[in-house]
Amino acid sequence: MTKQNPSTNDRRTRLTGAEMIWATLEGEGVREVFGYPGGAILPAYDALRKFPIRHILVRHEQSAVHMADGYARASGRVGVAIATSGPGATNMVTGIATAMLDSIPLVCITGQVGSKVLGSDAFQEVDITGITLPVTKHNYLVTRAEDVASVLRDAFRVAASGRPGPVLVDITKDAQQGTADFDFAAAASEKARNHPMLDVSQPSMAEAMELIRSAKRPLILAGHGIIQSGAMNQVRALAERAQIPVACTLLGLGSFPASHPLNLGMMGMHGESWVNHSIQEADLLIACGMRFDDRVTGNLANYAQKARKIHIDIDPAEINKNVPVQVALIGDLAQVLDQMLPLLRPRDGAAWLRTIDRLKGDAAVIDIKNLPDNGHLYAAHVIHDLWHATAGDAVIATDVGQHQMWEAQYYKHDKPRSLITSGGLGTMGFALPAAIGAKIACPEKEVWVIAGDGGFQMTCPELATIAQEQLDINIAIINNGYLGMIRQWQETFYEKNYQCSPIFSPDFVKLADAFGIPGATVKTRSEVLETVKEARTRKGPFLINFMVEQEDTVYPMIVPGAALHEMIRRPSGNPLVET
Amino acid sequence: MQHTFVAYVEDKPGVLTRVASLFRRLNINISSVTVGGSERTGISRMTLVADAPPAAGHRIMASLYKLENVVQVDDVGRFSSVSRELALIKVATTPKTRSHIFELVNVFRARVVDLAPGSLMIEITGSESKIEGLLQVLNENEDRVLEISRTGRMVMRRGHHTSRVLEALGDVESQQVAGAGTKGELPAQDTPYVLPEEETDDFRSDSDLPQ
Repeated sequence: MTKQNPSTNDRRTRLTGAEMIWATLEGEGVREVFGYPGGAILPAYDALRKFPIRHILVRHEQSAVHMADGYARASGRVGVAIATSGPGATNMVTGIATAMLDSIPLVCITGQVGSKVLGSDAFQEVDITGITLPVTKHNYLVTRAEDVASVLRDAFRVAASGRPGPVLVDITKDAQQGTADFDFAAAASEKARNHPMLDVSQPSMAEAMELIRSAKRPLILAGHGIIQSGAMNQVRALAERAQIPVACTLLGLGSFPASHPLNLGMMGMHGESWVNHSIQEADLLIACGMRFDDRVTGNLANYAQKARKIHIDIDPAEINKNVPVQVALIGDLAQVLDQMLPLLRPRDGAAWLRTIDRLKGDAAVIDIKNLPDNGHLYAAHVIHDLWHATAGDAVIATDVGQHQMWEAQYYKHDKPRSLITSGGLGTMGFALPAAIGAKIACPEKEVWVIAGDGGFQMTCPELATIAQEQLDINIAIINNGYLGMIRQWQETFYEKNYQCSPIFSPDFVKLADAFGIPGATVKTRSEVLETVKEARTRKGPFLINFMVEQEDTVYPMIVPGAALHEMIRRPSGNPLVET
Repeated sequence: MQHTFVAYVEDKPGVLTRVASLFRRLNINISSVTVGGSERTGISRMTLVADAPPAAGHRIMASLYKLENVVQVDDVGRFSSVSRELALIKVATTPKTRSHIFELVNVFRARVVDLAPGSLMIEITGSESKIEGLLQVLNENEDRVLEISRTGRMVMRRGHHTSRVLEALGDVESQQVAGAGTKGELPAQDTPYVLPEEETDDFRSDSDLPQ
């Protein structure tokens, strides 16, 4: 059957609710969705063939949401995942929470039992709007075909506007089967609602400018909001014009070029020592689109005590939540900075930059040169070489744990949307499906998965999705035989009682082979570059199993409850570099 | 500290859960909540009273605004306002004690709305402290209080302040009907106009209670 497009045949068309789902998605510009069929969503799947939308069949609904998430992070567009009622819907919850904590715009569509039997414990019925209430930005239950288009359009508005977030739309089977008039334009969401707390005319701008003018040791804290708002140029202009150095949060990596002379690197629990010292020494922090998460502040009682703070964020609820600030500028970051930049006078930051430069001798990146030459392969080597081989130009999806922190330390991200990682929720199993979403969103880009041996096993059935969709994704497994970050905490805080952190893994190369994906195991430093090269030159996916040093630790490390400058450093025989 | 918020919310299924869930997430107890109609069809007015640290007010208000079904929020505790609660109180009586209770009801400007052998029901409207006062004296005289039903606090700001809910909804026409002034001119706001004491019939505080 030829593909036709009911949404454009006529302005008003009689459609089933199921057809309306796809027609509305198409109208919203969606070309790809990630999903898994099931009884209560079958009417929608039956209607799919009539629409020019690519459906990627996943192996678990959690992965469908992670893929939509990776898709959104890589492209800035709204990601769409679809699943059935009951277990299909509950499987989505972890993915939705992951997107919620990192403010990722998603529309998740679930089928639901017929509206007549709602609340009767029907087969595969679960109250998914109730379950996801605290982990969605908003959710909807649709029980009538005539509401499908307007609710879905509203869902897209909510997901992408303000501080973005995931939205769930639960559609009963009878709403999919019923018919109604479809008019995409008329179903448009009402204009953005009035939000007086967002509507302030920034009386604080003058105070902010005065703080910047008088600061001797200012610092920009660059967060995820810069990427979300598309304010990379504005932040760069602010930093360059006023000669203010920039420290990034984990999700802020890429918001400011890593190779820029004013870029310091990552702050926080595993951030560079000089960055955290600079924050503690600063007399002004300009927080741009970040939320003073506990992983970046350390102990709040002695966090940046010498600094006044300017907080620029789109969410008024973030102001004074963790760290009290002197000036709050609420609004879209790019717009706020556009107002600020004309008022900004050039200032001389040389003395402060020299101070920071002196701190730079003492750094985790120098670690890599001091790793013992014992023939072992270190994760730092792998990631450093991967960065070199890809010229820093790949999109990297990481899992959660030690390799995630090493990636953040050793892979230098010059561009936004080049690091895809679960920051807020810390969801293991995220990397592989998120990379699939990123590759679907940006097929022209080189995409790498960096995952640990533990997290990879959580979602590895998605190798089948890679094979089925013939995606060119390369996979680097940092295999140390442990749940590495757990082992590190047990080493540091639990007297090396390695309870349940050693983990058996299958032969990953054989596993990949079972999916028709080629691979190789790498055990020494000398093999790294050539194997990475092979992965890059081969068409199609390639898996590399990097057997790295088993008991390596991420340094520096701030113990929970300690102040930001009280870092544990790498024990080293070299007195010159103690990192 | 006790915070009082007035929230205008869409009159839809599940909205009460969303608001309540927000307080639950913040681990803040809601002391009372009243919900009912407002000047706008399809929009309900809630008065929420919650115990939370003084600095929490801003965050609660900002978090309420993050709910899609919330149209407008006002932290009324910061402004001069009228606060009322309605209570129904059923008291066990004997022919001997009945007239004494009638006296108390009179002093508190309450009403007896049901009289039965062995019990009567009192309807009282006023500030919470006034209701507490009546309950105190009812208990003092060993009249057995059988049942109490209290609505929780309802609050409205004094003076020509309007809720601005119509404006928040972008409804210019109704704005004018609601007396929001001439087109393009915002209603006077944040100018608490307090009636002179002698003109009011309020119990403003505990000290206003009949002794």
